Amino acid sequence: MTQPKLQVKNCDLFYGDFQALKNIDLEIQEKEITAFIGPSGCGKSTLLKSLNRMNDLVEGCKITGEFTLDGVNIYKDMEITELRKRVGMVFQKPNLFPMSIYDNIAYGPRTHGIKKKAELDEIVETTLKQACVWDETKDRLKKSALGMSGGQQQRICIARALAVKPEVLLMDEPTSALDPISTIKIEELASELKKNYTIVIVTHNMQQATRISDKTAFFLHGEIVEFDDTHTIFSNPKEHKTLEYITGRFG
Amino acid sequence: MSVMSDKMRTYRSHPMSLVFNILTKIAVTLTIGIFVLIVGYVIIKGVPYLKPSLFSANYTSDNCSMLPAIANTFIMLLAALVIAAPLGIFCAVYLVEYAKKGNRFVRLIRLTTETLSGIPSIVYGLFGNMFFVLALNWKLSMLSGACTLAIMVLPLIIRSTEEALKSVDDSFREGSYGLGAGKLRTIFVIVLPPAISGILSGVILAMGRIFGETAALIYTAGTVAKYAGLSDSGRTLAIHMYSLSNEGLHMNEASATAVVLLVVVLLLNGLASLAAKKLSKGGN
Ligand SMILES: Nc1ncnc2c1ncn2[C@@H]1O[C@H](COP(=O)(O)OP(=O)(O)OP(=O)(O)O)[C@@H](O)[C@H]1O
Ligand SMILES: [Mg+2]
Repeated sequence: MTQPKLQVKNCDLFYGDFQALKNIDLEIQEKEITAFIGPSGCGKSTLLKSLNRMNDLVEGCKITGEFTLDGVNIYKDMEITELRKRVGMVFQKPNLFPMSIYDNIAYGPRTHGIKKKAELDEIVETTLKQACVWDETKDRLKKSALGMSGGQQQRICIARALAVKPEVLLMDEPTSALDPISTIKIEELASELKKNYTIVIVTHNMQQATRISDKTAFFLHGEIVEFDDTHTIFSNPKEHKTLEYITGRFG
Repeated sequence: MSVMSDKMRTYRSHPMSLVFNILTKIAVTLTIGIFVLIVGYVIIKGVPYLKPSLFSANYTSDNCSMLPAIANTFIMLLAALVIAAPLGIFCAVYLVEYAKKGNRFVRLIRLTTETLSGIPSIVYGLFGNMFFVLALNWKLSMLSGACTLAIMVLPLIIRSTEEALKSVDDSFREGSYGLGAGKLRTIFVIVLPPAISGILSGVILAMGRIFGETAALIYTAGTVAKYAGLSDSGRTLAIHMYSLSNEGLHMNEASATAVVLLVVVLLLNGLASLAAKKLSKGGN
């Protein structure tokens, strides 16, 4: 048994008095795509955000349990900036900064001390290529990023996340605001990125989960009901509730 | 024609909406009327007396030159803003970006700023006189005046900066933290740039208040009509006008000064609304 890339042990999470996660245990393997599915409000985003400590920004959020990245406790033994460099995040809504495409991509590397223009140029080009938006952006790198379409913006967001050379990429419903073609592009991109990155993706789209993920976790009311190979979850789930959910009988 | 009758029919079934409509129109007409009246009055009274001698290099009781007062005004403006703008902006940054919501200290600051912004300026003047002029023994001076004005416009700057910072979408902050950036970098590189026009429009409003202030300055900066350094007593344009009309000997010159004052205040307000417009565009 190899050490999991990310591991969550016995995690409870409270927003004030409200318990959003209950006794979560989860292992995420390297270079796999793990999908989180479940009805709205069941805690998918909450768990995803605790994986790179974005919940620290939420006032009144208390977390217990152990979170490790390559065996190192991310809440105790790791600098938060290092954690977030290694575990990148793509949000539900494209959130490019109101600056040029180039500056958006370069923001992360600059944050981590890369100043040389040649090096930044190189990073911008390779990550935009990786995220399959180079052709659409190469002639307008210096133009505002907010002039791009939603699908393009989301792919630029992915490029921006890749620019700090993360090991894990967390994606929270990255295609929920996109048209089918952009969605397919992002899915293909995720499958491509899997070769080098560990990916965790939240999705409401069952087909998307089956198309791209290796493992799937089904959430309900703050708990993980079932976690298994995607194939097993969708063809032969052990829990009755999982079956009900994937066949669309509730949620 | 049919539009008219449509309206009439609505009004017949809802008579209150006709009353309300008329009331709003009266209010608008009155507001615009008053504005036009004041501006027209100032211009008609003042423009004929705008003579070159009003801008001669030094003030004498013959030429009533407003040039020293203009120079003093800009020094006052600069000095007050140099104190108030950074203080106010940093205070707002603390309130929005650092302080926990509902924190008792934050509520105290908010209560203070709200109260301070409702206080008549003469109260600031008397406080400035007691504190800066007498207690600190800075005498009647531009510095005493500037500090008093700075305190006076501080709430305004804090509030407008707060609003500008709050209007920056949280998703930008998340994006920045998510890439491993720290608080300082996030604030300076991500949050402040889109907020800058909102902050600016607050600062410009503050400039307008400083420009037109008299009550807070009479007892702190004094009324000497000479070019003044920070430690000297000196009059600003508003005080200059106040003194001229107070003495009663130079009413025409006072009117001419009013024109200059008005033009500058209108310019400042124009700048403010321009900056505000930019903000709403930049905020998307
Ligand atoms: N900042 C917060 N403060 C208080 N409660 C929160 C906060 N964020 C989320 N919650 C609550 O925690 C629960 C889980 O929220 P979460 O966003 O993780 O759900 P989700 O599974 O991602 O839902 P969706 O599919 O709609 O995105 C919800 O009941 C939500 O109301
Ligand atoms: Mg969610």
